[in-house]
Amino acid sequence: MSFDQFQSLNWSIMTPEFIILAVIAILVIMDLFMPKHMDRKILGWIGIAAILAAMVSVFGMAGGHVESILHDTFRLDSFAIAFKLLILGGGALVLFLATSYKATDGLERYTGEFYYLLLSALLGAMVMTSSGDLITLYIGLELLSIPSYILAGIQKDRLNSNESAMKYVINGGISSAIALFGMSYVYGLTGSTNLLEIAGQLSMLMDGQQAYLLGLSFLMILVGLGFKLAAAPFHMWAPDVYQGAPTPVTAFLSVVSKTAGFVIVVRILLTVFGSAATNGPGSIPILLDMQNYLAVIAAATMIIGNVVALRQSDIKRMFAYSSIAHAGYLLVAVTTLTSNMFYSIWFYLLAYLFMNMGAFAVIQVVSEKTGSTKIADFAGLYRRSPWLAVTMGILLISLAGFPGTAGFIGKLNIFVGAFAGQPHYVLASVMIATTVVSYFYYFGVMTQIFFRPAPAASEGEGEGSKFNLPFGIVVVLIVAVVGSVLFGIMPNIALDFMHNNLDIVQDFFS
Amino acid sequence: MNLSWVLTTLVFSPLLGIVVLAFMPKTQEKAIKFVGFLATLPALALALAAYAHYLAGKKLSDFTIGHEWIQFRGMSGDAPIFSVYYELGLSGFQLLLVVLTAVVATLAAIAARYVKKEWKGYFMLFLLLEVGMLGVFTAENLILFFIFFEITLIPTFFLIGKWGYFEKEKAAYSFLIYNGLGSAVLLIVIMILFAKTGTTNIDLLTKIMADPSAPLSGDLKLGLLISLLIAFGVKLPIFPLHSWMLKVHVQAPPSVVMIHSGILLKIGAYGLIRFGMGIFPAQFETLATLIAILGVINLLYGAFLAFIQSDFKMVLAYSSISHMGIVLIGLAAMNEAGIQGAIFQVVSHGLISALLFFLVGVLYERTDTSLIENLGGIAKGMPIAAGFLLAGAMASLGLPGMSGFVSEFMAFLGLFKELPWLAAVGTIGIIMTAAYLLRAVLGMTFGKAHREFIGFVDLKGVEFVPVVVLTALIVLIGVYPSVLSSPLQATLETIMLGLGG
Repeated sequence: MSFDQFQSLNWSIMTPEFIILAVIAILVIMDLFMPKHMDRKILGWIGIAAILAAMVSVFGMAGGHVESILHDTFRLDSFAIAFKLLILGGGALVLFLATSYKATDGLERYTGEFYYLLLSALLGAMVMTSSGDLITLYIGLELLSIPSYILAGIQKDRLNSNESAMKYVINGGISSAIALFGMSYVYGLTGSTNLLEIAGQLSMLMDGQQAYLLGLSFLMILVGLGFKLAAAPFHMWAPDVYQGAPTPVTAFLSVVSKTAGFVIVVRILLTVFGSAATNGPGSIPILLDMQNYLAVIAAATMIIGNVVALRQSDIKRMFAYSSIAHAGYLLVAVTTLTSNMFYSIWFYLLAYLFMNMGAFAVIQVVSEKTGSTKIADFAGLYRRSPWLAVTMGILLISLAGFPGTAGFIGKLNIFVGAFAGQPHYVLASVMIATTVVSYFYYFGVMTQIFFRPAPAASEGEGEGSKFNLPFGIVVVLIVAVVGSVLFGIMPNIALDFMHNNLDIVQDFFS
Repeated sequence: MNLSWVLTTLVFSPLLGIVVLAFMPKTQEKAIKFVGFLATLPALALALAAYAHYLAGKKLSDFTIGHEWIQFRGMSGDAPIFSVYYELGLSGFQLLLVVLTAVVATLAAIAARYVKKEWKGYFMLFLLLEVGMLGVFTAENLILFFIFFEITLIPTFFLIGKWGYFEKEKAAYSFLIYNGLGSAVLLIVIMILFAKTGTTNIDLLTKIMADPSAPLSGDLKLGLLISLLIAFGVKLPIFPLHSWMLKVHVQAPPSVVMIHSGILLKIGAYGLIRFGMGIFPAQFETLATLIAILGVINLLYGAFLAFIQSDFKMVLAYSSISHMGIVLIGLAAMNEAGIQGAIFQVVSHGLISALLFFLVGVLYERTDTSLIENLGGIAKGMPIAAGFLLAGAMASLGLPGMSGFVSEFMAFLGLFKELPWLAAVGTIGIIMTAAYLLRAVLGMTFGKAHREFIGFVDLKGVEFVPVVVLTALIVLIGVYPSVLSSPLQATLETIMLGLGG
């Protein structure tokens, strides 16, 4: 490629990525030249500023045409814009948490790394949303995963953290390999890695025998990505990793990584297998043919996530299972494949971002205060800090999906989708029944917060038992509660934004 | 005059109280209780004004309000696939329930004077609960109904779990889970209707279902109705879905039980009548015998078990089950007398149980017990309270001249016309009702005294307000039933039309 060609490319569509990349570079250099004992928090604030700038530039792109550069490997469509907003929003909140996180257990030596590794992972997730090619998709995935492995184990002196990183890297590596092996079949059949080109070729697939090969590849990709989403039965790593990782990293894994996971699932499944014919052109696509497998995974994820969460006594483990369960609800939307699917998934992830980030902010404050992550540590929170308790209450209610909160609207969207078109009675019933099961553990936390007295020791501390909330936490909590309630009462704000600016369904396949 | 603001204000007026309370220091017990009470008044005033509006001969449809709210869309540019509107409205039936809710809520706010701790949180949740209840009865579409229905769950959970008696947390959980399951079933029904017809507006749905070319098969409709029966059966409660309700009645604080037994249980009856019977009249007819049998079982089961209880709260809890059986009996009759009886029973039981549970609260406050044996001879120490207790019991067992009689009479009149054998079995329940209530109440008022009641203060001051108001309403309905029957006329005609067609 000559320099002229290089210059003629429309690089401006990568502005948000460039902003993040540049800031990562700046932070690395700053970290290098900063005196050893200087507080690295400033790096976190620069990171937040960069993310906000990137968000502004993404907003500016909304409403434009589909554009792609570099042989269609990087494409900017409405899907990319919508999910980039989520990922950046989640990333900003994680950094707010990170700046308020008390660095201990070895993290104090790596606070600089902490911030720019988070940003690198974020960059990976952003690349994933925009990729139009299996290769960029995979590179984005690895760019997200590798910093995440390090982040999970960044508290070097803590055994849990090391265990977390080890489990994450092994499981993550295996799952990437399986998914990649599945993708290789697709490449072998079509000779291309470009998603749209693959889709075009596969829809003309004449040989029914090859469809079996594709079915195999579908299952392998599903298994590989199932690991990433922590969908049952590939969820085993999640609780240990969530428990061991530092709280901001757990928040990152549960929100940003999950969002990125759904991005890749939707991209691959829908473009490749949504158009691959089972039996000659015009026959039903493999995705529809395989819908039952997806449904089984979705149902199993909801059931296992919600039921096992009941038995947890550690709040982070409980939230790990809760996030598995939420992945299950989202998979219901993927399974039902209605025209409303993109919006349902997007909105649910938006709601999930608010409620989970807020909840992790509270968890971070409480666990830093008490030094452990037992659910019992929340006892008497209402007495000690009524505002924090009410905030957590609202977020838990949203997670449980009660009306008036974004969590409810998100579930409603998915639920309507399950009955629109071909009705999925069983899946919808499982979803609603497991939602009721989830009341048990969400309200179990509330029981601790509101009904139980505070442990005697902390009662005695008097003023010492009060919480002082760092600025970053306050920001996260306000954003989380306002978002959860606002989108719960006026969901049309999000809908109107989507429909006036982003035409995902149209853009996705063009 | 444009009256469409009335219902929104009516439903959300308690929120004002929540806001005011939020800014009050939590130690000012008296002021908080007073504000909490005041905050229930705007809703009461508006509800009574709406009733006066009706009495003045004007249309209730003046109050209807509708706005666009939530939308579900597919491709952009397309019209929304589904829209959910913010729609509130009143019919005669709804008007009665709204007035009942407002009255009981205000009186329960007075009863909340016995709350011992954290008054601020208590009243904030209490007022939120009132919003939910008023919303449930005024919602004109199923999703809005569901939302308000769920809004009642959370405050009730906390009110029981935090301010209740010894086993409060267990009671709160079983309340949450049973009702959560009920509402889950309800949501499935709503979503299927929504996806099939594209609307959740209750009146529209009624019309669509009456149309023989409706996009739902008869079997599906029957399935939906059975699901509704389960969903509201938890709430009502119908045997064998009742065990949570016993726990709640025993463990919850008195003012919450007034609300719970007086209003929340009625949501089940309201739902069955408005949605079950209104939307699926033909299928309801198929199930009529089953419902009648369930009703008789409820009536007898409640009555027999109430007879052997030693705790007066348990007597009242089983008595509620028994009385809700009468609602089912009335509905199963599927004729005007029966349905009218059922609705009368809904209102009448709301008032009676509020009265009785208030008195339980009064007694418990003074004696720290609600066991019948320990309260024996209370008439000596507290003659006025004992007198009202007897009056409440008489109303409950259906003494002519009080509201209980009118409703039981009409419900049975209806069923005797349709299923005389079943009705005959049911009458055993009426006899049992008299037996268990007299046993319990006489045991308390005139029974053998195990302790001295000298020095106990009788009803005094503001405690008279709930007692007198409720007794007066009970007698009013008993001697002049058309306060209820005339607003109901239009509703009944609509239902009968649905059943006839």
